[in-house]
Amino acid sequence: MKSLSHPATANPYLIKLRNFWNHGDRLWNGIIMLMAVLVLLIVLGIGYLLWIDSSSARELFGIRFIIPTLDASWNPVTNNYQAWPFIYGTLITSIFALFIALPISLGISIFLAELCPGWLRLPLGWLIELLAAIPSVVYGLWGIFIFLPSVITPLGNFLGSVLGPIPIIGMLFAGSIPAGGTSRLAASVILAIMITPTITAVSRDVLLAIPRAQREASLALGSTEWEMIWQVLLPYGLSGILGAIILGLGRALGETMAVTMVIGNSIEGSLSLLRPGYTMASIIANEFAEALSNLHSEAMVQIALILFFITLFLNLIARLLVWRVARRTPQEGR
Amino acid sequence: MSTIQQTLARGSISFSRPQYWRRKFTNRLMLSITGIMTLIALVPLFWIIGYVIYKGGQYISLDLFTQMPRPLGVQGGGVLHAIQGTLLLSVLAGIFSIPPGILAAFFAARFPNTPIGIAVRFGTDVMSGVPSIVVGMFAYALIVKVQGHFSALAGGFALALIMLPTVIRTTEEMIKLVPQSLREASLALGAAEWKTSISVILPAAANGIVTGIILGLARASGETAPLLFTALGNERFDAVAIVTNGINAKQSLWVILQRLLGQPVDSLPLTLWKYAQQPFPERINQSWAVAFVLMLLILTLNIVARLWVHFRSTKIRG
Repeated sequence: MKSLSHPATANPYLIKLRNFWNHGDRLWNGIIMLMAVLVLLIVLGIGYLLWIDSSSARELFGIRFIIPTLDASWNPVTNNYQAWPFIYGTLITSIFALFIALPISLGISIFLAELCPGWLRLPLGWLIELLAAIPSVVYGLWGIFIFLPSVITPLGNFLGSVLGPIPIIGMLFAGSIPAGGTSRLAASVILAIMITPTITAVSRDVLLAIPRAQREASLALGSTEWEMIWQVLLPYGLSGILGAIILGLGRALGETMAVTMVIGNSIEGSLSLLRPGYTMASIIANEFAEALSNLHSEAMVQIALILFFITLFLNLIARLLVWRVARRTPQEGR
Repeated sequence: MSTIQQTLARGSISFSRPQYWRRKFTNRLMLSITGIMTLIALVPLFWIIGYVIYKGGQYISLDLFTQMPRPLGVQGGGVLHAIQGTLLLSVLAGIFSIPPGILAAFFAARFPNTPIGIAVRFGTDVMSGVPSIVVGMFAYALIVKVQGHFSALAGGFALALIMLPTVIRTTEEMIKLVPQSLREASLALGAAEWKTSISVILPAAANGIVTGIILGLARASGETAPLLFTALGNERFDAVAIVTNGINAKQSLWVILQRLLGQPVDSLPLTLWKYAQQPFPERINQSWAVAFVLMLLILTLNIVARLWVHFRSTKIRG
């Protein structure tokens, strides 16, 4: 290839230069590599900058910042910050959201992948994915004015009266729900709606990737359609579905606006789902732009750092799990 | 096959009469439950869209698109500042994310099994999972803190980071779909790799890439969290005035651009969030109208992108 030269360009230096640049390919490869590295640098840069910007808060508060406590303080006046109420709020709302969203999403993905007629699959899939396209502020607006008063308040009262007296679970349903419905329960339900499309899309794809032979073998042995799904497909795609769940959890942990609008934003000691709370993302959304002191903002940067590492970790696991199903599939069957 | 052996070992496949009915009943029950679950998930979708159209439609007016906000207590006024801001931020996000995204995707598609190629794919996956508020904080630390003030530039950068994973992933997928023979034909004709990439592969993949960009824009223009402490919000932002004043005062393009990008701006979701929290009914009504506009914008972008892909792909197959 190197000897390729144009008769029109007699200048030997130009030819040498062209050959050196490989007719521009070296430059091109350099540029696209630079951009690829840039993308990586951004991901690393997020972690690095947050780490640097929270250094004095990390040194000052240490492990005390994140350990569980009932009387945590978040006080910009005395400059004493503990993040446990936010961590608890994030965890409990996300887990409860998953608890609601999981059966629904699994049901939908089974319906989409196995049962629904071919012509309905695409439009129905689109509709479910539209749920993910609605901006989270719109969820919040609809939440505070429509959904909370009409659904969450009655639901909260019902759960409080039924589950409240039970010894251990009752702690999660103690107290009474505010009249407006702003509570951790409200945040959980809204989150459940928002993460349903994520879990559905991934687990539907996992189900669709399972080889036909698996289904046919099970049906040929006489199992009903449901037994085929429950005893063959779900175990087969288990790690992929687990990946879908973790991706959904990651979305729930980081969701900001809708949660901030419906959770009530209060730091009280109660563990109850029926009471207002706070999450890691919503404290940042509410206070970061008006941070009172350097330490105040550093404490919030540290919360963001924790959030970043959690979602990073969850994403790594989820992708590995989903990849495992995708890798295994072509080897068996087909 | 082990799953089937387990099934047999558990003995759940048997044909004694009562069990048969029980299994048949379970089958029917569970299958209908999956259908019901699908319906349940559609309820909030139609509820939200329907209510926003019903409620927002009542308060929508021409003023909303043509007027700047008025002081509280004064009737009327619009959200022109937020519409301008959303456009400005979207353009900035596009400029910051599309060229690097496409080039990085070329790298990932061309060298998929090199360490950097794998890392790029993993990096985009990770990036799409990073909470948007954390992205906002990154843009704050990188731009706002260094510049010393909130700006449209920082907001556009934050939104670009939200768009970037979508752009990279769809572009990479689309480049991979371009037939290898097309690339080889171009190389065989003596075109260099870069020439092939730009004038053969890119046009062949253009449709899918555009779809990815539209989906990315739709996602970015609905985001609020990354703007909270980057673009901040600015009720007096008027891009038209800045540009016309600048031209009248014979300022250079650079100065006008600096004034345009250097100050805080509002966007539709940001305005919605602020108005929804105020205790004034006219502001809340306006926030419903803004929700209407925002949803219309985003759903249209989404539907257009999806229909485009759908019809393109059926055309190629058929």
